[in-house]
Amino acid sequence: MANKMRLAAAVALALALPACEKVSSVSDSASPAGESGFAAEFRQQLLDAKPGDVIQVPAGTFHFDRSLSLRADGVTIRGAGRDKSVLSFKGQKAGAEGLLVNANDFTIEHLAIEDSKGDGLKVSEARGVTIRGVRVEWTGGPKTSNGAYGLYPVLCHDVLIEDAVAIGASDAGIYVGQSRDVVVRNSRAERNVAGIEIENTVNADVHGNIATGNTGGILVFNMPALTQQGDAVRVFANKVTANNTGNFGAKGTPVASVPAGSGIVVNSNDNIEIFDNDIADNQTANIIISSVFSTGYKADKASGEFDPYPERIFVHGNRLSGGGDSPDGLDLKALKVAMYGLGGRLPDVLFDGYVNPARAGGPQICLRDVSGVVNADGPGGYKNPSKDATPYACSLPSLPAVDLKRG
Amino acid sequence: MLRRFIAGLALCVLAACARTPEPVRFHAEGMPATLADWNVVYVADGRLRLNARVVPYDLATPLFTDYAHKLRTVWMPAGTQAGYRPEATFDFPVGTILSKTFYYPRGEAGTVLRSADPGPDLADGGLALDAVRLVETRLLVRRAEGWIALPYVWNEAQTEARLMRGGELLPLTLVGNDGSRQQVDYAVPDQNQCAGCHGTDLKSKAVFPIGPKARHLNRSFAYEDRRANQLAHWQEVGYLGGVPAGSLPADARWDDPKAPLEARARAYLDINCGHCHSPRGAARTSGMWLDAATRDPLRLGRCKLPIAAGKGTGDHAYGIQPGDPDASILPYRMASTDPSVMMPELGRSVVHVEGVALLRAWIAAMPPYDCGG
Repeated sequence: MANKMRLAAAVALALALPACEKVSSVSDSASPAGESGFAAEFRQQLLDAKPGDVIQVPAGTFHFDRSLSLRADGVTIRGAGRDKSVLSFKGQKAGAEGLLVNANDFTIEHLAIEDSKGDGLKVSEARGVTIRGVRVEWTGGPKTSNGAYGLYPVLCHDVLIEDAVAIGASDAGIYVGQSRDVVVRNSRAERNVAGIEIENTVNADVHGNIATGNTGGILVFNMPALTQQGDAVRVFANKVTANNTGNFGAKGTPVASVPAGSGIVVNSNDNIEIFDNDIADNQTANIIISSVFSTGYKADKASGEFDPYPERIFVHGNRLSGGGDSPDGLDLKALKVAMYGLGGRLPDVLFDGYVNPARAGGPQICLRDVSGVVNADGPGGYKNPSKDATPYACSLPSLPAVDLKRG
Repeated sequence: MLRRFIAGLALCVLAACARTPEPVRFHAEGMPATLADWNVVYVADGRLRLNARVVPYDLATPLFTDYAHKLRTVWMPAGTQAGYRPEATFDFPVGTILSKTFYYPRGEAGTVLRSADPGPDLADGGLALDAVRLVETRLLVRRAEGWIALPYVWNEAQTEARLMRGGELLPLTLVGNDGSRQQVDYAVPDQNQCAGCHGTDLKSKAVFPIGPKARHLNRSFAYEDRRANQLAHWQEVGYLGGVPAGSLPADARWDDPKAPLEARARAYLDINCGHCHSPRGAARTSGMWLDAATRDPLRLGRCKLPIAAGKGTGDHAYGIQPGDPDASILPYRMASTDPSVMMPELGRSVVHVEGVALLRAWIAAMPPYDCGG
């Protein structure tokens, strides 16, 4: 009897197994195949993160085959140094950035992000962002195949970037877009298309930085059809030297129109103060003031309130030298030869000449302590450029400092 | 003792073989480790089956995911229903579980087939596992505090799907009708990346379903016993209330040659791009909005200057150059598999050739317009 029952049980068991499909295979990929050790652990920590967490990245190089993302507020990611703790995305297969953050009160410090396929660090729609001592680099040097932006806060409020390093971005090394209350200081941008770019951003201080070896050193841009227009940007006490790398950006992007050899460029932005900088040896011009009309923009009623004209620009007290001796592009070369002769050079400031004829008082572009200015007559097809500096002999009140209240 | 053991076994056998599984279980908190913990879909007798009151559905025009086919289901607790919304995702009650199972028809020797998705074949009660390979099942669960996304990945034996919060890359070989082979790193998103698409409101960071909207659901579906309009069926089974009388919004099917090109293209852009490219989505940074509600040609990309496209421009000046797909950024990014170029950024690793062709035809048919550049 007992035997019979045992048999019945066995039969029942045999039936049950395939029917219930209870066979579970333990060996199944419980951890991502391409990432191991700390890399897998780090990804998990980002998923589990809670406000107040400090995620430590030890010294070492950690490889990721997919982008990372963080969505929890109040998290700090802290490495052992921007040359010691490296998040490497070399060979990345998926994801448009290295690390994507969509969280408030975010701090990342003392680490490096290398060779991401797309942007290095993107922080979107966040309030309270600190990026300190972070290096973003494409280690193969300047290449069009590098990712677009190194450090990329966008739609953010209250952003501090300091002691950062950005090298090799195919668009901008440090880019702050559509943000408000921003400080970028004591950082270094080299061999990017744009070293530091502030775009459609309100209240920004860019100071104490070094921009060298880029196509353009420091850019302040305003583009149409975005969430807000740029306003009130101060660029001061920076060293902007020898930004003469050939433009390796993809055509069509805003920075693709930046000629190699541009020091500081203001494009379609209002209320900009540029002072106390050392600007030298930028071979197109140390300072360029221009409009998106020069870069393929056509006034369109659909662009709404967009103001394409740079207005209320105050340049004063900078230490300028060299530059203008080898402008990029046939048009500018021709301009230089026509206006200053074969051995001459463009003056410190190059202005494309687009002004709003309806604006009482003109564009209020005030240039002091510069070697001269040339208005390239963009609106007139570059036919009647002018060296007359008298329209620019004016002053504007200084802009207030941006105070993020964190020292 | 022994008798009780045998009785227990017999119960198990009966339960499984009589196909009366445990009811669907809504977990109000936590992250259950296996898909089976939810009991929405389950494997029995060689099929992936739907539990009682789990209703399958399809979208007029779906998101493209590396040619994966998709079985979508909805379940709500008894006595609850979703509230109709004309444009937004329906207002689902707490306890709702949406599932989406990604699968491929099986090819020879471990390959899978690259084919259009005709909709799930649920004849005989479920997807036949000898014919299809299950890849992952993603759940969207409506809890009191909001929606949570949970990705479950099926094992090789197709017996179990386990939670894979960190995502992974799954190598697949896609074989086309013509025998062509394509190696794919199918990307299972990590849990934060789920919000990359489903966080349709960047500010609130809340996660929402994308598909179950009136315009996407307003089409017929081949249920096990009959063919019926999905919105009508949801009302009949008590899953949807507050539906107004009269005609309801309906998206075109992107691959319906009888539908107008404009409607097909806009339906495709809406479901593939509109969750980010909207006035509230993650891609509002770009100023290019591709959701169904957008009408402004500039917002839709006509003569629109790129902002942060980087090399994604493909050396083109405008999002859409009317009449000239070769000079437009939009189809260029759709036709790329470079992670730093391609759109959408997540959810595919191969090109949707037919989708690109549709959008190219749409742009080619636009009257030429001088963008000024």
